[in-house]
Order: sequence, then structure tokens, then C-alpha cells
Amino acid sequence: MSTPSRSRTLAWTAFTLGVLLLAGCARQLQPDVTDVSGLVAPLEFTLTNQSGRAVTAADYRGDVVMLYFGYTHCPDACPATLATLADALHMLGPLAARVRVLFVTVDPRRDTLAVLKRYVSDFGPQFVGLRGTTAQLTAMIKRYRVSYRDEKPGKNGNYEVIHSSVVFIFGGRGRARLLAETGFASAAIATDVRRLLERA
Amino acid sequence: MRYLWYLLPWQFSPTVLIVCGLTMALYLRGLVTLKRNGAPLGFWRPFVFFLGLALSYAVLQTYFDFLAQHLFWVHCLQQLVLHHLGPVLIVLSGPVLVLREGVPRALRVGAPRLLRQMRLDWLRKPLRLIWRTLQHPLIAPALFVGLIYLWLIPPIHFTAMIDTRRYLLMNWSSLADGLLFWWLILASREEQGSAAVGYKTRLLILPFISMTQIVIGAYISLVPWQLYPIYALCGRALAISPMLDQQIGGLLTWIPGAMMSLVGVLVVLRHMVREEEARLRFPPERAAAAPESSSGTPEASQPSAEVA
Repeated sequence: MSTPSRSRTLAWTAFTLGVLLLAGCARQLQPDVTDVSGLVAPLEFTLTNQSGRAVTAADYRGDVVMLYFGYTHCPDACPATLATLADALHMLGPLAARVRVLFVTVDPRRDTLAVLKRYVSDFGPQFVGLRGTTAQLTAMIKRYRVSYRDEKPGKNGNYEVIHSSVVFIFGGRGRARLLAETGFASAAIATDVRRLLERA
Repeated sequence: MRYLWYLLPWQFSPTVLIVCGLTMALYLRGLVTLKRNGAPLGFWRPFVFFLGLALSYAVLQTYFDFLAQHLFWVHCLQQLVLHHLGPVLIVLSGPVLVLREGVPRALRVGAPRLLRQMRLDWLRKPLRLIWRTLQHPLIAPALFVGLIYLWLIPPIHFTAMIDTRRYLLMNWSSLADGLLFWWLILASREEQGSAAVGYKTRLLILPFISMTQIVIGAYISLVPWQLYPIYALCGRALAISPMLDQQIGGLLTWIPGAMMSLVGVLVVLRHMVREEEARLRFPPERAAAAPESSSGTPEASQPSAEVA
């Protein structure tokens, strides 16, 4: 009668080991965050910031940069994403001073610099609103292989813009490191960005 | 003017421009030379060649490329053109004869001489070995199906869609492998020369590649969950639900991809019939006997007169 019980013990041991292994993996890799080092193009752009100054990627060297495409009339995705990022920055504490969130508008027609300025200031001092000419914006969406398009306007002339939902995260030297997918948790971002900041 | 804009490359690639431009220039030069030599090619063969080349160029270097980056089903259509339709049309037109005529005589004579002078003659052997390997009747279909599967493995597909270099590698590998594979299947044994593959072997390969494409196409179109979330993450280029996008893409891989094998079978059968007819008209023993007997023998000269 010892054989079945021994095999049952073995099975349970294997199961426990498996669970521990999976848990270990889950702790190391934050959910919805992917390592994209060497895959996504390094940070590069020429745009205008909310204060009307022309800026390039070089202006943000030394900081960890989170890049997100959106628009201020966005009903759900953009405010939710920016709020999650603000939450993550809050968790980082003093380290957050070395992080910049670049919010690039895909709706420059409605998002004037003044509108952008008001919008990003709601989320925190690390948030930068960026606006570009059609050519500048096109160059950028080609580089990061994302897209946006205007939906048909409704009765009141309001229209939605369909756009990417990912956040690209760049290290201090402008190299792409992480990609956060829709629905990521602020704690996941905070953990991975802290690791990035500690490495730099 | 707005429509012309759609014909401009989304992401300009000098390599595509040079390769396509050079191929077209060689082909046109070959056409002119053939016509001057009194052997014009007619309309259809060049038409089919240019159609294949133009389609391949169009899916790489127009607004279509943008759509292929942001809609899964357009991506599948792009790969179908690069891996199947474009190469099939190009190979069907029998382009080698024309392209060879298109190479300037100086280069045709000079290149081998230069190789000899630079003592690079030994390169011929490994090159021939590589060619033989790529055209091996077991390796070529494995490569063909393997590439289709490889780029559709979800994590690999993900990286191909966010990394421009991998994306280009994917497209180039499709086109290059498409040309290699369909050359093995569709070119006549005469065209293939010393590395020719038998027709019966080809008829065995075709159902295999058809079945494997049905399997992956059916899988993609029938699974009830999203396999390729990258399109949703980066923004779809059309208002279409993710599942519908995936289902159409799967169907495009499934049906037209597998149907191309049927086209292959028909072409191979035609080659077989043609060779059989030629053999009946010139029985080998007579052809061998002809040079021995004096040219006056009526039986030997009759069939060739018929053909002429």
C-alpha cells in the first residue's frame, strides 16, 4: 500500500514546486509589461511643448521617459491611463523627479497648446503635453508603428479619435526598455520603472 | 492628387526601390534584345511578370503597407501576395530567359572572368551547394511552411510588428522564399537545368503545403480568443472588431493560401503533358539515331519539319 501514497506525495510535491515556480515567474515579470529593449526605436522626435517651446528627445536625456499618444477630448482611455501613470509616479516617491510622461496629442486640431497645458497640469508636474505639425506627428507614429484616425463627428460636431493604447518607456539614454499594455496596474509600472532608475 | 498620395511609400525603403527598379530595367532590356533578335515575347508573358512585380512592390511601398501594419487581415493579404501570388506570377512568366538577355554582355562575360582573376572561383561550389540545399525537395517545403508558421507565432508576430527591422526581415524572407519555392514547383525541368526536381516529387509536395496552411489558417480563424493583441494596442486602421479582423486573416491564410497549391498542380500537370508530347514526337531512340544516319532519311527529318 506504500506505492500509491508515495506517488501521491510525489504528485503533490511536483504540484507545489510548479506553483512556486509560476509564482516566482509572476513576481519577476510584471503583468502587462513587456521588455522591448532593442526592438522599439530609440526616443527621437521634434515637437512643441505646452509652453510653446520646440523640444526634441535630447531635452529629456537622463530622465526615464514614458511616451503616450492620446487627446484631451478622450472620454475614457487617456484619462484612465494618465491617472494610472500618475499613481505609479506617486508610488515612486522622490525617484519620480527623474521621470517624465510625454503626452503626444493625436488631435492637434482641438488640442491647442493652452488646452494641452491645462489638461496635463491636472496629472502632475512630470506630465508634458506635446503637439506637432501633421508631418511631425506622422514621422512619430511611423517611428513607433502606431496609428490614429478620426471617427465620424456626432450631432454636436464632437468626434472621437481611435489611437494606440500602449505606453512606451525609455531609459535615461533614450533607449526603449518597456512597453505597458492596456490595463496595466500602477504598481507594476512603479516596480519596473524603479528597477530602470536603479540600473541607470 | 489625394489618390496619388496613397501610392507613395508609407516607410520608404531604398532597397525595395533598387531591387524592383533593377529587375524591371533588366527585364525591359531583355525584352528589347529579344525583339531585336527576331524572337519577340508577345504580350502575356511580360504582362504576367510585371503584374507579379508590381503587386509585390505595391504591398511593400504604398499606403497598403500602413494598413498591413495596423490590420491583421491586411497583413495576411500582404504575406499572401509576397509569399504566394507575386512569386507565382513572376515564376510563371518564365523570366530567367528574358532577365539573362537583359544583363549587359560586358557583365555576362566580365563577371566570371573577374571572379577568376580575384581567385574567387572556389565560391561557385559552396554557392551551388547552398542553391541545391534550398531547392531540396524536403528542405524547400519545410522552409516554406516553416516561415508561414514562424511569423504567425504570437510572441514572434508581436516583435515583428513593433520592430521595423524584424518587420522588414519578415517581408523580405516571405518574398525571397516565395520565389525560391515557386521556382522549384512551377519552373519547367528545362528551365531548372542541372538542379531540376521531378514532377512527381512536386505533386507530392503540393498537398503537404496545402494541408499545413489549412491547419494554421483554420486555427487562426476558429479560436475564440485574440491571438494578436498588438493590433488593438497600436490602434486599428479601420473600425472592425478584433475577432472579425482575426477571422478574416485566418480565412485568407486558409483558403487562397491552400488554393495556390491547386494552381501549382495544374501547372505541373501541364509541364508533364508537354514533356510527354515532346517525347512522343521525338522518341529518344530516333533522336539518338539521327546523327548517325545521313540526314537524308525521311523518317528522321519528318517530325522536325512538322514542329517547324
